[in-house]
Amino acid sequence: MNEEEVTEQLKRDFPEGISDFSFPRRGMLRFSADRDRLKDICIRLKDIGFEQISLISALDWREHFECVYHITSYSFGIVAEVHTKIPLDDPKVDSVTPVWPGANFHEREAYDMMGIVFEGHPDLRRILLPDDFTFYPLRKNFREGE
Amino acid sequence: MTKLWINMGPQHPMTHGLWNLKILVDGETIVDAEPVLGYLHRGVEKLCERRTYNQIIPLADRLCYVSSLCFAHAYCLTVEEMMDLEIPERAKYLRVIALEMQRLTSHMTWLMAIGPDVGLITLLLYCLREREYFLDLLQLQTGARMNQNYPRIGGVAQDIPPNFEHKVNKIFEKFKVRVKDYHKVTNESSAFLKRMQGVGTLSVEDAIAYGVTGPNLRGSGAKRDMREHDPYEVYDELDWEIQVRDEGDSLARFHVRMGEMLESCKIIRQALKKMPDGPINVKAPLRPEGQSFRRTEDSRGEVSYYVVGNGGESPYRLKVRSPIFCTMNVLPKLLRGVNIADVLAIMGSIDVCIGETDK
Repeated sequence: MNEEEVTEQLKRDFPEGISDFSFPRRGMLRFSADRDRLKDICIRLKDIGFEQISLISALDWREHFECVYHITSYSFGIVAEVHTKIPLDDPKVDSVTPVWPGANFHEREAYDMMGIVFEGHPDLRRILLPDDFTFYPLRKNFREGE
Repeated sequence: MTKLWINMGPQHPMTHGLWNLKILVDGETIVDAEPVLGYLHRGVEKLCERRTYNQIIPLADRLCYVSSLCFAHAYCLTVEEMMDLEIPERAKYLRVIALEMQRLTSHMTWLMAIGPDVGLITLLLYCLREREYFLDLLQLQTGARMNQNYPRIGGVAQDIPPNFEHKVNKIFEKFKVRVKDYHKVTNESSAFLKRMQGVGTLSVEDAIAYGVTGPNLRGSGAKRDMREHDPYEVYDELDWEIQVRDEGDSLARFHVRMGEMLESCKIIRQALKKMPDGPINVKAPLRPEGQSFRRTEDSRGEVSYYVVGNGGESPYRLKVRSPIFCTMNVLPKLLRGVNIADVLAIMGSIDVCIGETDK
């Protein structure tokens, strides 16, 4: 499958909850997914042949948070970049660790740095900072030294 | 028998850095393991949000102190993609030469470290000696032994000196002979083989699912290398082979890295022959906008950056994917059922670098 075929497949499987498809460069597919459909989309992606999760990045856009998932398919040579918006007052999203065990540390890091709670994660604790820290340093409203 | 948690670290000969491996043991057998990270956390991702794009290059250098050039290069590659910047052909070749030289020094450091892990001090001394040759070559090209600050957004910092190719060939000839010595003390020694063979076996399916990349994944039998699968710079124009082993044990990972060192020599020689003349730098915009994600092959696995720029002097958000941080995830799976005494050989074959893990 190439990028277009994966897009067609996803559009067929998910008439709602998935939008803004674009192809930034060869072998890369970018789209947005709704927060409540994210896990289903990820399960479908894994069934299609996206075997490995490369990276989970959490972003603070001031109006909302965003989680960006980079999911690799070695067999097709494609990376899928999935953007998910998360509201500021309810920073929760379904965990994809049950889908790819490799997401475990990425999600713990996103929780540690940005305070996003991944529901269904087997062991959501801080990973790089000490357990008793009370702040999330990568949030834009965090000021160093205060 | 009563189960017992043991801390291997933060100060322990196994760690090669500063981290803690907690193991739950039942007698001599490991039942569960948990890596405790963060001792070396410097907050690089936060620091990057306050620095201009060029100021981040030396910071990226310090992510991994053993293969710093790979991290700085991956950063430059990602930002260039965001700026839609095409760098000159000669700069691409210079980058490949420096990257492969860095891979050689990094693998030499790994080989040096695995020696004492399995009781071979000889190997440590041999490799420290030869690593210096490659560091000398790297210094000739970039100006520094470590933390080179060599790649630039839009090219590289400086060209290679005259007579560089001759020096490279001389050292590589010497190295080829020395590799036979390494094989004599490792591969032909039954003590070494007993420590490494059949120990710490990782299946392909597990390796992929848990996010293992690089030589550790290739040691499990997956023919995956970003230099081939997502080619950057000029790797697709050069002739080299991906090193793969099917066994998945510590010895397989050892052989993959040993093979990669000779492949790196091959790549450098070809690049030096094929390199065209021309400029080595182009001017880059100061305030880029957009987002980009690029993957490169570090000596330890896949190094990716995800950079978001909003038109300001510094990136809005920069995220680093460090290979060993992801590989640490598989440790509970990998260590379950092995003996305590084997942990050193297994961790040695994984090639841990804590600088990049803790960011």
